[in-house]
Amino acid sequence: MTLAEPTYPDDLRYHDQHDWARIEGEVAIFGITWYAQDSLGEVVFYDPPEVESTVEKDATYAEVESVKAVSDVIAPLSGEIVEVNEALADAPEKINEDPYGEGWLVKVKLTDPSEAEQLLGAADYVALLG
Amino acid sequence: MRTPLYGKHLELGAKLVDFAGWEMPVQYEGIREEHAAVRTHAGMFDVSHMGEVEVEGPGALAFLQRVLSNDVARVEAGGAQYSCLCNEDGGVLDDLFLYRLGGDRYLIVTNSANHGADLAWLGRWSRQLGDVAVRDVADRYAMLAVQGPHARDVVTRTLGIELPLRMRVAAVRIGNRPALACGTGYTGEDGVELLIDPEIVPAIWAELLDAGVVPCGLGARDTLRLEVCFHLHGNDLTPERNPIEAGLGWCCAEETGFVGADAVARARREGTAETLVPFTIEGAGIPRQGNPVLAGGEEAGSVTSGTFSPSLEVGIGMAYVRTDLAEPGTAVEIDVRGKRRPARIASKPLYQPKG
Repeated sequence: MTLAEPTYPDDLRYHDQHDWARIEGEVAIFGITWYAQDSLGEVVFYDPPEVESTVEKDATYAEVESVKAVSDVIAPLSGEIVEVNEALADAPEKINEDPYGEGWLVKVKLTDPSEAEQLLGAADYVALLG
Repeated sequence: MRTPLYGKHLELGAKLVDFAGWEMPVQYEGIREEHAAVRTHAGMFDVSHMGEVEVEGPGALAFLQRVLSNDVARVEAGGAQYSCLCNEDGGVLDDLFLYRLGGDRYLIVTNSANHGADLAWLGRWSRQLGDVAVRDVADRYAMLAVQGPHARDVVTRTLGIELPLRMRVAAVRIGNRPALACGTGYTGEDGVELLIDPEIVPAIWAELLDAGVVPCGLGARDTLRLEVCFHLHGNDLTPERNPIEAGLGWCCAEETGFVGADAVARARREGTAETLVPFTIEGAGIPRQGNPVLAGGEEAGSVTSGTFSPSLEVGIGMAYVRTDLAEPGTAVEIDVRGKRRPARIASKPLYQPKG
């Protein structure tokens, strides 16, 4: 089961490689967008990064895999991982079912919150998808 | 290119991919659901992209004995047989099913990516040997594979036809047109492959859909075949590999003198440096084509097919490994994009259909 219709919440910031960030001050939660999980198909494996490792904006920090393909996950912002979604180890399908909620991937302490200005709002991201 | 069922795939919201130049459905609702439908009930695949070649004439048997690796003389009328098409060096040009439709009339079903090259190869040998006609009849047939423990029941009930036994073929009428029903498949489950008039195949697809048969895409076709260790040409079989190292010695009858028989006999006698084996990942990780196989930290082979097994819920695959590592139970590692994943060589099949 997945969210049947494309959904792009207004309170998130989007990276054009189909990743989102929910920014709360100097901390942000990252995940992949509805479009990304739909393109990938049913996620069967999520390989999370280590807590305390650093992530760099526009660089790969994790992998999600469906039955048929593996996809790199791109960091929308730079920072240090402070938490990973451990529940995905046993239930990676949450990434399909609830990509903006229970399917979140990592929580990051941002090194430069102003990088967020380079991300897209929901309307601009949707326009990008065409 | 598009099959006659292209419109049906769009109606069902399938995700389409390019497969050897064909726009084919990779999935409809999801690979896992489709996979489960075939393992427990009945699923159907549009495999109309596959090619068909008719072989006919007094020289048909002698011709087929020359070009196919198996002993074609053993195929009775209404019988089916799996074979390799080898080059002179014993390399596998294609793997295919042969059906004997009657006396000296046969049908070969080719892999779509190889259809053109197979036709050229078969044409060349037919002209050399004589007394046989080789015809491309791919346009004459659409092909539906209906597979799963309930597949036969549903097809019999819905289409009102008598189906042949496993590894047999029967001329039937489907949609009031001549058709062929074959007791073969690529999933490890019981089922049939139907060769149907392209004009009426959309109506037949709709009837089977109404009867509860689950439409399945190439994604599930790949996970299903890999669980039972059926080869995919282009991955597990190539012109650079012979049938012996691919584990297909059982469909080679060198005494028939087929093209490549000498090389195959030598490989059988002397053994091969590498062998194709199935394996299972122990723990996390999904192997993919091209991943190196490591033994004692050193490269010892390469994955040719890899996926997540929906039935076993673990990463599985097939790989060519050094023959001394080919024994089931041998521990190896698969280098999955820089991460070493422990794996164990297994015996075939990786998944035993419950039938």
